[in-house]
Amino acid sequence: MQHVPDTTVPAIDVEKIRKDFPLLQEKVYGQPLVYLDNAATTQKPQVVLDTLIEYYTRINSNVHRGVHHLSQEATNAYENSRKTIAGFLNARKPEEIIFTKGTTDGINLIAYAFGRGEIKPGDVVLASAMEHHSNIVPWQMMCEDRGATLQIIPMDDKGELMMDQFSALLTDKVKIVAVTYVSNALGTVNPVRDIIAQAHARNIPVLLDAAQAVQHMPVDVQELDVDFLVFSGHKIYGPTGSGVLYGKEEWLDRLPPYQGGGDMIKTVTFAKTIYNVLPYKFEAGTPDISGAIGLEAAIKYVQQIGVENIQAWEEQLVEYAMQQFQQIDGLRFIGNPRNRSGAISFLIQDIHPYDLGELLDKQGIAIRTGHHCAEPVMDFFCIPGTVRASFAVYTTFEDIDRLVAGIKKAAAMLR
Amino acid sequence: MTIKEKQDELISDFSFMENWMDKYEHIIQLGKELPLIDEKYKTPDHLIKGCQSQVWLHTDMQDGKLIFTADSDAVITKGLVSLMITVFSGQTPKDIAAAEIYFIDAIGLSNHLSPTRSNGLLSMLKQIKLYAIAYEAKSQSQKNGTEL
Ligand SMILES: Cc1ncc(COP(=O)(O)O)c(C=O)c1O
Repeated sequence: MQHVPDTTVPAIDVEKIRKDFPLLQEKVYGQPLVYLDNAATTQKPQVVLDTLIEYYTRINSNVHRGVHHLSQEATNAYENSRKTIAGFLNARKPEEIIFTKGTTDGINLIAYAFGRGEIKPGDVVLASAMEHHSNIVPWQMMCEDRGATLQIIPMDDKGELMMDQFSALLTDKVKIVAVTYVSNALGTVNPVRDIIAQAHARNIPVLLDAAQAVQHMPVDVQELDVDFLVFSGHKIYGPTGSGVLYGKEEWLDRLPPYQGGGDMIKTVTFAKTIYNVLPYKFEAGTPDISGAIGLEAAIKYVQQIGVENIQAWEEQLVEYAMQQFQQIDGLRFIGNPRNRSGAISFLIQDIHPYDLGELLDKQGIAIRTGHHCAEPVMDFFCIPGTVRASFAVYTTFEDIDRLVAGIKKAAAMLR
Repeated sequence: MTIKEKQDELISDFSFMENWMDKYEHIIQLGKELPLIDEKYKTPDHLIKGCQSQVWLHTDMQDGKLIFTADSDAVITKGLVSLMITVFSGQTPKDIAAAEIYFIDAIGLSNHLSPTRSNGLLSMLKQIKLYAIAYEAKSQSQKNGTEL
């Protein structure tokens, strides 16, 4: 075992936090689980699980529809979650918070609505070379439909965006910029303030994919002055199927609706339908009520610990892991950005990531291997995939020590 | 040895191994003994694409028996492929087509055959069976004096 540095953040009692997560107490293949696949999804604290059970045992009912007591309670709980999330992101109003199924759903919503409302043939959408497929494909689909083109902000071999190229690409043809705040494949934190400032100087709105940001660092949508921001509940200790789209009221009012159905209408006749106001205009059909309420519990849990404290804790974990990894023979980082959060991608000599992942799994260590839904990133580095370790508030220095020992053992077998 | 005897032998080999790392040591070793596919056959035609690792597979008919050669870009997959080929190589198309494969399960590697595993092993098993069925059909039609 490596020596654990004594620079821990006092505000985080990691042992106590770990006790909040039932799944972390599990064993795999007879060994205590080391869960380092948090960028894929996080484990859920007991309060989130309790909230889900409480919802279904006590207040389950449809929202916005009934006059009866339960429907009121369910509606209140659902709308309270919206308020909590608005507070968490520092949105001006709860109406700027739209519940979605997740990041992918939120991006599809904006790509569709923005495409229909704002995009003409010959227009350009700008994304970056390090986007997750979910921030590429919806734009490609929309561009194909509207006769527009998707252009890509390139990155360098450290896995950082080439900002001079971004400035050059930012012509009057560009109608929206959609970039990831933090890369899930590389861990890069992008200079989003600079991106937003440059885009706004030309009146171009910006969508941030914050799927890998909100759980790791404070995010204030007013301070960022971002136009749209999306994230997934399940990556911030909440339930799967829950997610959030933040949009500036002016924009959400201006865009046409996405899906049609119940809840998103004011009046319907066969001749004409009048759409509902925000946020309902973008929430067609019965939403994931329990998911939204569970997500509120997760966000309150994060707020209680303090997202700044989580950030400080995870920064130390990343730094420690980087130091330890450097001592592994033949290890090379895929992506070596100055600003990193949450994840480290790497390869060891020419060992196939799948082999390493398999042997780590059998030692009770869960990491992710493959292309991380970012095939263009893998193509850029000419690799079939990477091994990625990603961290959460409950990750410990011991987890990293076990990972490092596990990698060394696996590498010795595979060489 | 029949396909059944070969499977039983493998199961017995693995039964002495207590833990996963020992099993994987053995699998990796078997990968090194894999009869390698001739480089000229490493073409898209012979590629069985998994999401994460890839397998190339080639077969030849010798004295009425199928001989398999293969390769993979991942060491563990290569070992698993080697296991598979140990069982099937040198058997008749008829026996291969009819064979029931139980050793993967018995060794505790069944999750490698799940479609989500994406290491190409399940597709490989299907491909081996398809080759066997095709050869079998061909020999039947030749027996009957008809062209395939
Ligand atoms: C940066 C990024 N964007 C988008 C997504 C897609 O999120 P979801 O599958 O929850 O919609 C992910 C999840 O892996 C991600 O990491």
